[in-house]
Amino acid sequence: MTLVGAALAALATTWVLYGQVLPFSGTVGFVVAAYVVFMLFYAGLTALTRPWAVVVDRLMTTIVVAAPAIVGLALADMILTTVLKGLEVLVHPNFYTHDMSGVRPTDPYDMGGILHAIVGTLIEVAISVSIALPLGVIAAVYMSEVGGRGARVVRTVVEAMTALPSIVAGLFIYSVLIIRLHMQPSGLAASLALAVMGLPIMARASDVVLRVVPGGLREASYALGAGRWQTVWRVVLPTARPGLATALILGIARMVGETSPLLLTSGATNFMNTNPLHNPMTSLPLYVFTAVKSGEPTFETRGYAAATVLLFLVLILFLLARFVAKQRSPR
Amino acid sequence: MAAEPTQALAVVPEPGRATPPNTVRPLADRLEGGVAPVPRRIVARHSRQDRVFLEGVRAVGLLVLVIVGSIGLFLGLQAKPTLSHYGWRFFTESRWLPSQDIIGIRAVLVGTVEVAACALVIAFPLAFFTALFITDWAPARLRAALIRAVDLMAAVPSIVFGLWVLFYIQPHAAEIAHWLSKYFGWIPIFKVHTDVDYPIWNQSPGYAAYAGSAFIASIAVAAMVFPMATSVMREVFGEAPAGEKEAALALGATRWAMVRTVVIPFGRSGVIGGTMLALGRALGETISVLLIINQAFQVKVNVLESGTSTISALIATNYAEATPAQLSALLTCGFVLFCMTLLVNTVAAQVVKRSRSGQGTEL
Repeated sequence: MTLVGAALAALATTWVLYGQVLPFSGTVGFVVAAYVVFMLFYAGLTALTRPWAVVVDRLMTTIVVAAPAIVGLALADMILTTVLKGLEVLVHPNFYTHDMSGVRPTDPYDMGGILHAIVGTLIEVAISVSIALPLGVIAAVYMSEVGGRGARVVRTVVEAMTALPSIVAGLFIYSVLIIRLHMQPSGLAASLALAVMGLPIMARASDVVLRVVPGGLREASYALGAGRWQTVWRVVLPTARPGLATALILGIARMVGETSPLLLTSGATNFMNTNPLHNPMTSLPLYVFTAVKSGEPTFETRGYAAATVLLFLVLILFLLARFVAKQRSPR
Repeated sequence: MAAEPTQALAVVPEPGRATPPNTVRPLADRLEGGVAPVPRRIVARHSRQDRVFLEGVRAVGLLVLVIVGSIGLFLGLQAKPTLSHYGWRFFTESRWLPSQDIIGIRAVLVGTVEVAACALVIAFPLAFFTALFITDWAPARLRAALIRAVDLMAAVPSIVFGLWVLFYIQPHAAEIAHWLSKYFGWIPIFKVHTDVDYPIWNQSPGYAAYAGSAFIASIAVAAMVFPMATSVMREVFGEAPAGEKEAALALGATRWAMVRTVVIPFGRSGVIGGTMLALGRALGETISVLLIINQAFQVKVNVLESGTSTISALIATNYAEATPAQLSALLTCGFVLFCMTLLVNTVAAQVVKRSRSGQGTEL
């Protein structure tokens, strides 16, 4: 009752003050002002009948509820605007089946597409994951299951390198492979940059998951006469499987969306290129970036459509992670 | 003196294995010297399978160490010629004019810190209250969904946030920036060097003074780091002892009073640690910043004014035309950035670790 009354009073007062009396304008200002006025009314009305502690409690509750509401609205707004802006391109099936070769940025939307970028992203991420994932998981096994002084050193260094900004990983690969070794900008260079960035992240995430496997399970396994390898393979890894899968898929999702290392290493192209060893290979985030930087309105819209596809790719990975995490290990 | 006998009796355990309890003698017994109890020797006989496994895993672990460590080493080595060439001027010079051999990172350093700090100012309250909402206000059924939503947000590519802020948030943010500079322009950080009373400020040319500022870039960065800060804070808030919470409520505390006296003090280190982890991420954020800012190499404290630069944006714009010497300078920038994030992350990890009880879970 108090809540509704305060809300109504706040809206009315703000409307009068804001639009009619004070020389302000703009939606942001209106919402902020309405919120402040609402808090005042709510506090005042509560204070009429309740003790001070309740007033404070209710005020804090409005703040605590407002924070996730703002974030939720922002997230929904972001997804909606991106999808809506890209919609006029997304409805053309050629957007998914063509590349941009021979298509000018100003051409209509029924020409050209982002197949080359989708394929590029998939190839680059596949290569980098096939490098970073096994190395990361095995390094995590070393850190948490084998132990010893060496493992502590590895853990320290890996934890330190999770701080490596992705652009620096890209710059590293750029200056070593492309400048020193005279490699072309290519899909492989981009994959290596992603792998270098993702390896510490994956090793760290797997290590955290393996460490919470209960020690009692390991001891039980040893007590039954199992060796180190059998314990890791038959007990530790199956127990940690759902958590491990979730951590790794989230790591992959982060690699899919990473742009800055690709900017330095892969080179941009309009053509379909399925060979990671030769010639530049573009990818979805890079396509979005070039499209937006071009300043050409129609090309920008294509960028939004590509961003939508990228969002869906990440969403699919995320749902996959949820699905895997839900499954229990077989025994 | 006492150290010597203990040294002589020190039990040498196998690396990685705990000494069995029966070799541990009472302290007094060991210090008395004289009789040296012979520690039990532990010999681990691994089967061939285990030996292959252990050696293989160790080899891969060392490989990872070499790969990962070589990056840090490479950056450090590359930084040396630049630092010896420019000396301290590298940190005090704000211009970036490679053609005239004038290179310095003061402006980008300030810009990096400004963007990250603004992002934290925006993200911290949102993350803090969202984490509290998830642990103490949300109904149990909503809680899991909210946690999942925050995780999903962590996976959203930064370029998507950059796009959104660039085209949809910028006009609204410029409105806020205009208002702040109009009424609080006397505070240096809110000052914008333009005519704030200009009536059609939000059309060009007046608008240009507000677009592409550190403040607007920091909105995208805040969206990037929010999920990370929230999930760390949510975890520690969730670990607050239920007994104490119930005790507070039983004593007649309101929900906020309970949170203020029990949950927040319990989770303080998580709050600090989560914020610092977010800061580490914010410092390195590249693509959304690059998309939004108008690059300008000058030290400015007024975050609302157009034109700034960060280390990562500097690298992303200048790598392509760089000569070897400039590339070394860019690598030095990268090294400085890495050192900053490393420092922040290490402190954060220490702080977070203090809030956790044990390393593993026992069954």
